[in-house]
Amino acid sequence: MAKPNKEMLLEWYRQMTLIRDFEETSHQLYFDKRITGVYMHLYSGHEAVAVGAMANMEMGKDHIITAYRDHAQGLIVGVDPNLLMAEMYGKKTGVSGGKGGSMHLASAEHNFWGGYAIVGGHLPLAAGIAFEAQYNETGAVVLSHVGDGATNNGYFHEALNYAGLWDLPVIWLIENNGYGMGTEIDRSAGNPELHQRAIGYGVKDFGRVDGQNVFEVYDVLGKAFEHCRQGGSALVEAITYRYRGHGVSDKQYDSRLAEELEEWKENKDPIEILKKHLLKEYKSVDEADLQKIVDENRAIVEESVKFAEESEYPTTLEELYANVYVD
Amino acid sequence: MADKNLPMREALRLALQEEMRRDERIFIMGEEVGYWQGTHKVTRGFIEEFGEKRVRDTPIAEMGIGGLAVGAAMAGLRPVAEFMTINFAFLALDAIINHAAKVRYFFDGQFKCPVVFRAATGWGDQATASHSHTPEPIFAHFPGLYVCSPSDSADAYGLLKASIRDDNPVLFTESIGLYRFPGPVPDDPDYTLPIGKGAIKHEGSDVTLIAYGRAVSWCLKAARELAKEGISAEVVDVRWLRPLDTELIFESFRKTNRAIIVEESHQFYSFGSEVAAQIQENCFDYMDAPIKRVTQHDVPVPFTKPLEELTYPDHTDVIKAVKEIL
Repeated sequence: MAKPNKEMLLEWYRQMTLIRDFEETSHQLYFDKRITGVYMHLYSGHEAVAVGAMANMEMGKDHIITAYRDHAQGLIVGVDPNLLMAEMYGKKTGVSGGKGGSMHLASAEHNFWGGYAIVGGHLPLAAGIAFEAQYNETGAVVLSHVGDGATNNGYFHEALNYAGLWDLPVIWLIENNGYGMGTEIDRSAGNPELHQRAIGYGVKDFGRVDGQNVFEVYDVLGKAFEHCRQGGSALVEAITYRYRGHGVSDKQYDSRLAEELEEWKENKDPIEILKKHLLKEYKSVDEADLQKIVDENRAIVEESVKFAEESEYPTTLEELYANVYVD
Repeated sequence: MADKNLPMREALRLALQEEMRRDERIFIMGEEVGYWQGTHKVTRGFIEEFGEKRVRDTPIAEMGIGGLAVGAAMAGLRPVAEFMTINFAFLALDAIINHAAKVRYFFDGQFKCPVVFRAATGWGDQATASHSHTPEPIFAHFPGLYVCSPSDSADAYGLLKASIRDDNPVLFTESIGLYRFPGPVPDDPDYTLPIGKGAIKHEGSDVTLIAYGRAVSWCLKAARELAKEGISAEVVDVRWLRPLDTELIFESFRKTNRAIIVEESHQFYSFGSEVAAQIQENCFDYMDAPIKRVTQHDVPVPFTKPLEELTYPDHTDVIKAVKEIL
């Protein structure tokens, strides 16, 4: 695991601010009725979790899979933001041809196995992808995000047991943002120390990390990757917070949690934490450098919106029936 | 080449064994498939031949069996995942229906999911309500999945090989009541039957009997007895509930102008309902009598033998139904 240097930190800053811009733009587009549908789950507030964790991936070899809060993972592995935004619009140029939408972004060529819409449904798939890595001795590790809500679901328990039993190289990265939809974790989990669930299944418990601190996430996940490369499964619980509702249709969220939300945004924002660190540690980096990154991201996201707006919808019966089966 | 004579379980075993020898990507997983030699002995000897890497005894955890097989298939392996009985596959409905059948579509063709879910199906031996299901139509409801259920040894052999070699997910059910019945099996390791093609198992001209799985055997017995009375019944074994060989059904119906659909499961929203609707939509001008469905009674299956037997139809119910519409 490489010790983070200036270039790495700037890259993390770029990824985190790109995600934030992409998500906040998507939010606005939804309320402007440019992006339609009922489901869209935003990653704002969580950025340090995916960025810090995925910085440990050997791109092209390791695998990433997640649930429906899946935009960030696509951006981090390097899928063209135009294709991601077009998918959110349901356009034929989207990564999934407009058939998947916000919850089903994926890119096979980037080993991004997608977002899945049934809570917990992707967890045994993650175990299966890790099974292939072990079967063919590829040395790859699967990183699987897990929402805190999914840890109460049968899929989680079965998938962890298979991973522990067969030493599958898969990391279970719980993103504990405190709420499974609208229900607080201590109103849904018998033991809210979710990471301890690893122990019951023979998965190595790497404990809790501060999910707002990208350095801490990077460091602990690095150890988890090392563990899995030796053969075995690992679990990490990142404590984080989402700035938006569970999904875009959760309209009362901001007012319901106003105080708590303000506290996280003011004092625990993952981008601000990284920014402060960068400015303090590196004299060669100033506000203007960081603003330039933000401005470049703005142009990228604006371009993705333009691309999505100008793309065509799939409309034909031929498109409707394509890819139900392998011909 | 001379045929072998094998019970259906041995035909299935041979098909699976030959396919595993042919393709290293194939592995099997399921409850008791390894050291216990398979609950229905279809995987007898596999752990000794192929080892623990390719023969995976699983915990009793069907959501995981279903989902793990889907992930492994997407990643390039060719899992044959066994549900000890179809009743346990209900626990994996989400993995089968929401994932196996849909991943290709909602990612618009980026992934394939070449998994075969095997499951023993049917009733008998007083297995009682939760263990007496023949629910293939539930699975056949969903596009993205194929559903296959053989009625004899040769078909079991050729259909299982075809299912394993195909790149789409297949639910492959094996009637518990047929496992021990012997039949000829072609002596050809590349014998496969086409996806979505049924077969005429008995030719006739007065009425068409349409079925899959064990119900085919009731139809064949009924056809033989009806022949003694001068009634000529044609038996269509669809083999696949999805894709359904509607052309074969229509061709037979246009000849006989009458149809009885026979199945082990419930009548409500059934295989028979779908086939009857297909016939009336496509062959209305050829219809000389109402289409009848012969199914089990509309109750959960009871334990006690006399009531269990009363629940299910057999060849006599088929004969009765034929006589009602002739």
